[in-house]
Amino acid sequence: MLRRRLNRLFGRDERKVDSRTIYVGHRPCPATEALIPPKFCDNRIVSSKYTVWNFLPKNLFEQFRRIANFYFLIIFLVQVIVDTPTSPVTSGLPLFFVITVTAIKQGYEDWLRHKADNEVNKYLVTVLEDGRRACKESEKIKVGDVVEVVEDETFPCDLILLQSSREDETCFVTTASLDGESNHKTHYTVPDTERNLESLSATIECEQPQPDLYKFVGRMHIYRNNQEPAVRSLGPENLLLKGATLKNTQKIYGVAVYSGMETKMALNYQGKSQKRSAVEKSINAFLLVYLCILVSKALVCTTLKYVWQNRPGQDEPWYNQKTQKEKDTNLYLKMFTDFLSFMVLFNFIIPVSMYVTVEMQKFLGSFFISWDKDFFDPEIQEGALVNTSDLNEELGQVEYVFTDKTGTLTQNNMEFIECCIDGFQYKYADSGTELDGFCVTDGPGNILQQKAGREKEELFLRALCLCHTVQVKEATGQGDGVADCVEDQVDGVMGLDGETVGPADLGGFIASSPDEVALVKGAMKYGFKFLGMESKNMRVMNRNNDVETYELLHVLNFDPVRRRMSVIVRTKSGDTMLFCKGADSSIFPRVRQEEVDKIRMHVERNATEGYRTLCVAYKLLSREEYDQADTGLREAKLALQDREEKLMAVYNQVETGMSLIGATAVEDRLQEEAAETMEALQGAGMKVWVLTGDKMETAKSTCYACRLFQRSTELLELTVRTLVDLGRKREERLHELLLDYHKRAVQDAPPIKAGVTRSWSSANQDYGFIIDGATLSLVLNSSPDSNSSCYKSLFLQICQNCTTVLCCRMAPLQKAQIVKMVKNCKGSPITLSIGDGANDVSMILEAHVGIGIKGREGRQAVRNSDYAIPKLKHLKKLLLGHGHLYYVRIAHLVQYFFYKNLCFILPQFLYQFFCGYSQQPLYDAAYLTMYNICFTSMPILANSLLEQHICMEVLMDNAALYRDVAKNAMLGWGPFLYWTLLGVYQGLLFFFGVRFLFSNPALQDNGQVFGNWSYGTIVFTVLVFTVTLKLAMDTRHWTWINHFVIWGSLAFYMFFSFFWGGIIWPFLRQQRLYFVFANMLSSVSAWLIIILLILLSLLPEILLLVLRKPRGPHSRQKKPVVQSGEGETQSPRSSARPLLMKTFSDESNTIL
Amino acid sequence: MMKEELETTNRPDNTAFTQQRLPAWQPMLSAGIVIPGFVLIGLAFIGIGVALFITSQNITVLEKDYTGVETTSDCYKCSNPSDKNCTCKLEFSLSNLFEGPVFFYYGLSNYFQSQRSYGASKDEYQLSGDLDYFKTPISACSPYQYDANQNPIVPCGSLANSMFNDTFKLYQIVNGTKKLVPFDGKGIAWWTDYNIKYRNPSVTPLKNAFNGTVKPSFWSKPAYELDTSDPSNNGFVNQDFLVWMRRAALPDFRKLYRRITEGDYARGLPAGNYSLEIAYNYPVLSFGGRKKVVFSNVSWMGGKNQFLGIAYLVVGSLCVVMSMVMLIVYAKFKFPEDD
Repeated sequence: MLRRRLNRLFGRDERKVDSRTIYVGHRPCPATEALIPPKFCDNRIVSSKYTVWNFLPKNLFEQFRRIANFYFLIIFLVQVIVDTPTSPVTSGLPLFFVITVTAIKQGYEDWLRHKADNEVNKYLVTVLEDGRRACKESEKIKVGDVVEVVEDETFPCDLILLQSSREDETCFVTTASLDGESNHKTHYTVPDTERNLESLSATIECEQPQPDLYKFVGRMHIYRNNQEPAVRSLGPENLLLKGATLKNTQKIYGVAVYSGMETKMALNYQGKSQKRSAVEKSINAFLLVYLCILVSKALVCTTLKYVWQNRPGQDEPWYNQKTQKEKDTNLYLKMFTDFLSFMVLFNFIIPVSMYVTVEMQKFLGSFFISWDKDFFDPEIQEGALVNTSDLNEELGQVEYVFTDKTGTLTQNNMEFIECCIDGFQYKYADSGTELDGFCVTDGPGNILQQKAGREKEELFLRALCLCHTVQVKEATGQGDGVADCVEDQVDGVMGLDGETVGPADLGGFIASSPDEVALVKGAMKYGFKFLGMESKNMRVMNRNNDVETYELLHVLNFDPVRRRMSVIVRTKSGDTMLFCKGADSSIFPRVRQEEVDKIRMHVERNATEGYRTLCVAYKLLSREEYDQADTGLREAKLALQDREEKLMAVYNQVETGMSLIGATAVEDRLQEEAAETMEALQGAGMKVWVLTGDKMETAKSTCYACRLFQRSTELLELTVRTLVDLGRKREERLHELLLDYHKRAVQDAPPIKAGVTRSWSSANQDYGFIIDGATLSLVLNSSPDSNSSCYKSLFLQICQNCTTVLCCRMAPLQKAQIVKMVKNCKGSPITLSIGDGANDVSMILEAHVGIGIKGREGRQAVRNSDYAIPKLKHLKKLLLGHGHLYYVRIAHLVQYFFYKNLCFILPQFLYQFFCGYSQQPLYDAAYLTMYNICFTSMPILANSLLEQHICMEVLMDNAALYRDVAKNAMLGWGPFLYWTLLGVYQGLLFFFGVRFLFSNPALQDNGQVFGNWSYGTIVFTVLVFTVTLKLAMDTRHWTWINHFVIWGSLAFYMFFSFFWGGIIWPFLRQQRLYFVFANMLSSVSAWLIIILLILLSLLPEILLLVLRKPRGPHSRQKKPVVQSGEGETQSPRSSARPLLMKTFSDESNTIL
Repeated sequence: MMKEELETTNRPDNTAFTQQRLPAWQPMLSAGIVIPGFVLIGLAFIGIGVALFITSQNITVLEKDYTGVETTSDCYKCSNPSDKNCTCKLEFSLSNLFEGPVFFYYGLSNYFQSQRSYGASKDEYQLSGDLDYFKTPISACSPYQYDANQNPIVPCGSLANSMFNDTFKLYQIVNGTKKLVPFDGKGIAWWTDYNIKYRNPSVTPLKNAFNGTVKPSFWSKPAYELDTSDPSNNGFVNQDFLVWMRRAALPDFRKLYRRITEGDYARGLPAGNYSLEIAYNYPVLSFGGRKKVVFSNVSWMGGKNQFLGIAYLVVGSLCVVMSMVMLIVYAKFKFPEDD
């Protein structure tokens, strides 16, 4: 106590203290001399980034942290300060525009976040203060407050349940918005607390906040008048989490233990950091290259300028005297300003407009996703949703897919399929509800058509009805006194006979696992109805419509290690029975062997069919056995230390020597086209990892059903089960297994050639890897010695060599951890996470691309995702179709932009050699500014929005095409070099072509000569036409928009040039281009050189296009024309391609 | 976070545009189109190239350097910059008729009219006749903005100040007597420069507009005396001035000086001996420059330029050759795949 208080005095160390003490209702407790109000954070949730005051500086700072923005700012400042060839407006205006638009967008987004925060923080809650109920804003709740929550409200902070309006001291919550599980969970009040909360005097000691949703350890000291304080243990079943919703319970009271950013929800919430695509990284890399080119150009020019000026007579020829100011300036300062001037002159090589165009392309392009009617789901009346447009192209680069299981791969909709009683198979047919309606399909071997004894059948069905934690859903909409109503109804039903369906109508059950509901419903089909709990009694209606009552003595809860659960009940006749159900692997060793063999066959067959199988066993407990178990359980439940271990020991002791009755098979229906989608993804070279919070068996069977695991797949399992099998230390076993698997999967695997790396269809042995959460945490954060990093890399290597990795029993943050680990591994592959529940949010946020499935319930995933689609099957089109196209489009956009600016600025650089390195611009200021904004921006934008180098259907049909663009193939250094060389070639050609023409500047038939602006205009005309035609050549998909924009911008260039040169502009001091363009057009030689240079610069491209080998049958074209000619089997493609499309290739096919 | 509903999007429009199914033309540059195309383009280019080459060949050019670097040159005596009002002679003879109309250019080398500060050093408002700018020329004209007495210089700036001021007179020696070849000083500058861009202030006499201003220091006479004989060729619209003010793109340039279109010489310069009398004023040796005169006739393509014709011939034949190569490649490798 003293130590704790000391610690609290040194406030800061609080984190290090492993527990916190909470005074319920802030009332001092007798045991402590004085109440020291502990300091905890308030209950405010802050997800916003800015406030009104810091918005401007913080936002500007963040924007200028972008390398490009900073660069443009520098250029702008240089133009303002130094005498430069172009005016500051040319770079200042676009920069201002970009910054403002971004700031407005970000400000708006933050405003939305503020609004959402306020909605949560200002929510009014009722707090008990000194016996009075007071309304408080949610953000003002302090740790220790007693809070009242009524039905369908969410809990404002993490609460310890003190009191519930339900008689059985429980309440139901759904944690749909937390971990995605929409079922009702039962939470219990702290036992034996007083009904009168005002007089309750207690302290709660609990651990410091930690993000694990399922872990909570604490204890409560209850002080009664001068009595020895009673101690109650607190577990996760007593803790109500912020964000969960109260259901089926009128109201509860709870004491706040964690508040605000310390709640488990907030700790599990990761800030939505901005995601950057790989393309953006490539852009930044190219930017650096161009920056180097720019700086070296400026350096070369500056150096040459001073070398040249050193030659006699060149520094200051009589005709171009310096001003006094120039003469006075320090030589080095002059050099520096010259350098800056050159920088400004060449700065157009890195255009502001590229960022604008890229942003626009992404923004506009993302509409095609939300417009796509293939993504429209009639069930929920919604299509795809795009939350961020920054990552469109990333969809075409995915290497790892992390998918959630429940609700994503499966529909989370369990159905009882069949059961097996004592070795006989029963398959339920819809025909009847009587047991006679059982139809025996294929019994094992010779005993076909036989049935198990009636006794066994009934025992089995009773077991199904009793061994669960299912609650009967109480009638809703009837307001108060719910519990009573139900009783009445149940009685009423019992009064009637026969076929009337009880309250346990379909969907009338509430359970922590949908399997249990399925089983109870299954039993119902065979005539045994579970009617619900009545105080401690379970009521079951048997086939004769008699109600049997069983006293529930103990529930031996399910846990992932035991992988079974049991109940101990006492029958009316006084027999104590234990019913147990669980995974085959955990039941078989605990029952008599001769029974096992009869059932194992069924179980295995069912498992391979993708059903979830459970075995059911029972045991009659003698009085001694029961007493022993009872005391053991009670002791263990009260233990403060190692409670779980102790409970486990008792469980294991009780659950032995049972006899096996039968097995069940439950189907979790897969999502539509789940298997096809997964196959397509794997065909596209993506590795699929299933991350689920579910049990291993279930997850495994789903993987089989989705064809992620094939029959031939060799499974490498690294789970708690494989670790505890031997009586050795876990770490040792882990080490051993890891090494073994590594040897099998990595070292022994035949060396794969680069080309085949991504092909899974090869004859190689497929490996599937299975790991569970507990083991994963062992691997990832095992003892801080040197081994851990070694484990991690071993683990990663194994995983990378496996076709499919299944991670089960994952906590939300563990999912994110896995994603992060893969994301950061060598080669930093692009990851995609897809999920539907709030438990997937962390991994959705962590992955490069997060996809949310618009499930029927819970919008958390959708809200935090980058893209949301209604169904899993849509993922295929999203990645293989849209993703591929977006990647190709943006890659081309980026390369083209760099290219066109290189050949734009290169002549200007070369011109410096002919103007005495005086920073004379080759092009007029209007051309310099308009080039990127008007003349060449629209065609590339249209192209990057509409281009389909391969049409969508072909992309979808041939998943392998996705591999063509994998690993950022179009933005590698190879393609970049190609485009750069092309730019250099064309730039040189433009400049020197005109240079040789101008060796005699008399280009008109009247003998008059052309000056420098004519020179620049000719180069510029060639430039604009060449880059536009180059784009036209790259365009494979000419819609009318492409035609309009390409020819339109050329026409606009002509029109603008005429117009710009046709008028004396009153606001311009220099009419430099006055009639230059018109004069140029009157010269035949100018025409001829323009045509010549355009053709010559495009020649290599044309040659490459023609000589390049056609890439396979599905390269870039539709199937042969013959198909559409037949008319009958119209491919879906042909409908998309109306008459307009008449291709040269078709003709050439026939000609050649 | 408690906001439960996002607005529902309705069924997306099923239009060709939103579904990315716009009808599209999908060109393929296949051999079938490229090979004939290349042959056609190649042949066309060769044709143009031949025409250009022949035209260029038919243009006669006579180029004479008169800087006076060589001691043998008559102008050597004038190359000393301190020597004012020096005249020298350049004699040449023509064996054939120099077909007219003959254009007479002067040329300068290593002269950087394209320098930025030089080119910017002028006041276009002044040159468009705005009297306000006669008083206060633009600062870009510095150091030729004001003279030592702070009088504004009109026309201001380095560009105007350094106007070429050598003058030429061409005589044909007929039987030992010098016969003046008449020069036409009109139509040597761009029509738009002469008629629109450059304007004299609307003050008569023109001289009054220049009150309170001084002439550029290098000039021997003020702007309003550039051509006293013809008011429409005087001041800022003097065509020699206009020609000078249109900056050359490259450091080696020529500018049109006169046309020979009149009298006996309308058809060209007949064979015979000629003497060009040069008033040698313009210093170029200080910066290593050269001066030359060029007589040339022009064609539809302008002055003589072999480059264009040769380039067309080369590119044209390149196209034809490449189409041949492509044909061979296709014949060898592509046919089996096509069926």
